[in-house]
Parts: sequence; structure tokens; C-alpha cells
Amino acid sequence: MQKVAVIGAGQTKFGEHWEKSFRDLMAEAGKKAIEDANISGNDIQAVYGGTMSAGRMIGQEHIGALIADSMGLNPIPSTRVENACASGGTAFREAYMAIAGGHYDIVVAGGVEKMTDVFTSQASLALGGAADQEWEVFFGATFPALYALIARRHMHEYGTTEEQMARVAVKNHHNGSLNPNAQYRRDVTLEQVMSSSKVADPLKLLDCSPITDGAAAVVLASEKIARKYCDDPIWVLGSAQASDTLALHDRESLTTLKSSVIAGREAMKQAGVKPTDINIAEVHDCFTIAEICAVEDLGFVEKGKGGKAEEDGMFDLNSNISVNPSGGLKACGHPVGATGIKQVIEAVEQLRGEAGKRQVDGAETALTHNVGGTGATAVVHIFSKEGN
Amino acid sequence: MPHRKSLSLVWRRYPQRYQLIGSKCLTCGTHFFPPRDFCPKCRRKGEIVEQKMKGTGKIHSFTVVRVPQEGFEMEVPYVLAVVELDEGPKLTAQIISVKPDEVSIGMPVKMVFRRISEDGDSGIINYGYKFEKA
Ligand SMILES: [Zn+2]
Repeated sequence: MQKVAVIGAGQTKFGEHWEKSFRDLMAEAGKKAIEDANISGNDIQAVYGGTMSAGRMIGQEHIGALIADSMGLNPIPSTRVENACASGGTAFREAYMAIAGGHYDIVVAGGVEKMTDVFTSQASLALGGAADQEWEVFFGATFPALYALIARRHMHEYGTTEEQMARVAVKNHHNGSLNPNAQYRRDVTLEQVMSSSKVADPLKLLDCSPITDGAAAVVLASEKIARKYCDDPIWVLGSAQASDTLALHDRESLTTLKSSVIAGREAMKQAGVKPTDINIAEVHDCFTIAEICAVEDLGFVEKGKGGKAEEDGMFDLNSNISVNPSGGLKACGHPVGATGIKQVIEAVEQLRGEAGKRQVDGAETALTHNVGGTGATAVVHIFSKEGN
Repeated sequence: MPHRKSLSLVWRRYPQRYQLIGSKCLTCGTHFFPPRDFCPKCRRKGEIVEQKMKGTGKIHSFTVVRVPQEGFEMEVPYVLAVVELDEGPKLTAQIISVKPDEVSIGMPVKMVFRRISEDGDSGIINYGYKFEKA
């Protein structure tokens, strides 16, 4: 296997981009990533693009072709990757494997979602496609409702409180306030989260990630290219993915995302690191309860202690492990296909020391964790400044 | 929306949604709902037969949905739960005939047959299982 590094990263701002199309967003992110890598478009050998629901959101399929076209990369192979909310992370992993396996030396992994061209109800319905249409959605499940079922059970089994969940939103909004690319660049108080309107009890509006437009792209390269083109390559030390039942109710436990546990363990094994070695983790906080499950499933705290740990500030910026220094899905917004790539970009910026006001001191090892649906897919990557 | 428009798409699920017809692996005794044709534990050694669930169970987790998806506007607020059937499988269903604040984890429930939703575009009315306090 070849060693793989990220040598370039670029993203659009996340938010409501009424003036920009899917194509514009992708082109902007791709151009920034290629410029950042300081390579020429002619050097790129393949593209993998993550998007969840372009067909439902903008009526366009054949996104592989559209991405290569919009980025001016024809005629190289370009492939759409879809794994619901984990589409971006999966696209990154496909690009990683294509290089690690020796097929290519320079590959672009991108992610994009254009969600505000349809009404919110239509976007929500499309997002419901990440759940089981026949056995969950048919009976009235919405996406927040499914995470609410996880939250209620977590409260029942471990005594997790609504305030502890709200604390996740407060932390991530604070981090987002320091991120110029975040959709919400403002702090919220615990009271504001607690008094926001109920969506699906116990989840409130400010427990949920918003609907967002955005795109993100990174350039990956083999070791020989990375060392030639790049002064500060960020090495991919571990890459793992796991699957679980599509429907939440089919799982033995609602409160453990087994796919996260398995992917996390495998990625850390490949990287030769323990959970305590991680300085920064971008985890999939589509809902506040999801971050609590993630910090447990990834082994940062014991199962059931995630809520308390959040309350104690264990995952605040520059604490033991800075979780979601970017602001997470909660504050950055969640342009579904772009999220997994944005997580990688945050890891890269932090490890390069380029994260500005939200820079984590002495960050050396970063983890990204991207979940599809309620955990039917999980993708975990580990990054480091040093290639081992 | 396209995924709900076709009648055949809902019709083929009638046995499960109307009568809780699942399946059972004779090799290891595990019940499946919705039915599986293949036991994930026993794989090729599993022998699968059709099995109707009794329709009784208890609430494993629940939520009160206040922002519904399309087709469920009439129901709001409604209780949605993961119900653990006595045979073992869990499923997602609405809990009816009980006030949201009276629902609790562990509450015994039984299946009832009800209207689930209405597809505005096609005029199809979807029926299936809901649960109420046993
Ligand atoms: Zn069996």
C-alpha cells in the first residue's frame, strides 16, 4: 500500500446560497482545493464526489460527470458516491483507497449538497431517505424523531439530561462563532437551546443541525507526490468504514452506533493510536445526542458518560480532546454530501496550524467521524502531521 | 413523492403491515419482523418459516413528533415509538389512544389496525399497524 496524504483543501462558506447553484458551489470548492495544493488540474487522475440527494434536491443525477465538468477536469474518471449523510466521508475513503491501492497518485475527493432550492418540507423528505422508507418513514418517522428515540433511550439507560444535550449545542455554536465558513457564527446560551421550539421530544430546534448549501473538496496524493509538491502534507494514518441495519429499531441497542464503534476501533488500529492520543475530533453531530453517542462509541469516554463529560467541558476547545472545533454540523450547517469532506478540511487546517481563532494548541492527531442515517454507515479517518 | 405514488409499492407490504406477518428461523428460534428470508446468525444453515407476531409488546423508546413529514400533518402531535414485540423483534410505530405525557418506556402495548397517512398527490390512503396501551 502507498502512503496517502492530503495536500490541498478548499470549501465554500456553508449557508443559504441563493445566488449559487450546485455547479457553482462545487466549482468554487474544487478550484480552492486545487489552488491550495499548488498543482495543475492536469495532474489530477480521478475524482470521487459525495452527494446524498441531488436527484431530489435539484433534479439532477449523473453527478460524477457534473463534478468533473464543473471543475474543468474532463476526461478523467469521475464517480458519485452516495452513503446518505456519510457520502462525503465515503468519497474521501474511496479516493484514499484508490491511491493506497496504487491506481492513482493524485485524486480529488469532493462533497456537495444544494438544499435550499426546494422547500424545507421537501428537503426533509429527501433526508428521510437516509432512514428505512418502508419500515420507519412509512409509519411517521422523521429524521429528528429517530434521533429523539435514541435520545430518550439514552436518558433512560444512563440518566443523560436535556441540559447535557443542550450543552453540546452551546459548545459547538461557540466553536462555530470562530469559524468564518460556518453557517451560524454566533453563540447561543443554554437557556436559548432549552427554550427553542420542540421538534421531536426531547429534541428541540437548537438540538438539530440545519438545512444548508455548501461544497468542500480536498486533494489527496501518494507519498512521492506529496513530498514533491507539498511542504506540509497531512497524512492519512487510518481509514475504516462499517455498516449496520438501515432501520434503527433493528439494532440490539439504540444508544450504541455499532458502526461507529467498529470503524473507530479499526481506524485507530491502523493508525496505531488510542482514543487518548486524539487531540481533535470532528464527529457527526447531526443532533446533539449524536455527539454524545459519538464520544462514547469512539472510546473518548465510557458508554453512558458522554452527557456528563459534555457538561464538564471535557470536549471544549483546547480541553483534553477538542470535539468539533469547526462548530460541527450543528453550527457549520450540514450540506449533507459536503459534511464528511468539511470534517477532513477542519482536521487539515488544525494540523497545519491554520485554524485561526479556533486553533487547538499543539494539535498532532485528528479524527473525523461521518455517519449515514442513524448509524447504518460510519466512516472514520485518522490524520497526523507525521507520517508513521 | 415518487416513492409513495405506486400502489404496488404499498400493496406488496399488506401481509406485514396489516397482520404483522414476520418470519422465524427454526434453526436458532429467532423471530424476524419484518420477515427475513435468511437468518443473519445461521446464514445458510438457517431454516426460515412464515410466522405471525402476536401483536403484543412493550415500549422500548418513544418521542412526540411535533414537526411532521408530509402526509402526517393531521396527526400532530403524535407519539412515535420503538416497540419491542414479545417475540423479540422491534419495530417503529405510532402509539395512539393515550396522552403523550402518559407514555413511558416499558409500557405494555398491543397492535391495532389503523389509517397511517394520506398521499395527497395520488390519493392513496395508507393503512397499517399502530399500537395502543394493552
Ligand atoms: Zn437462525
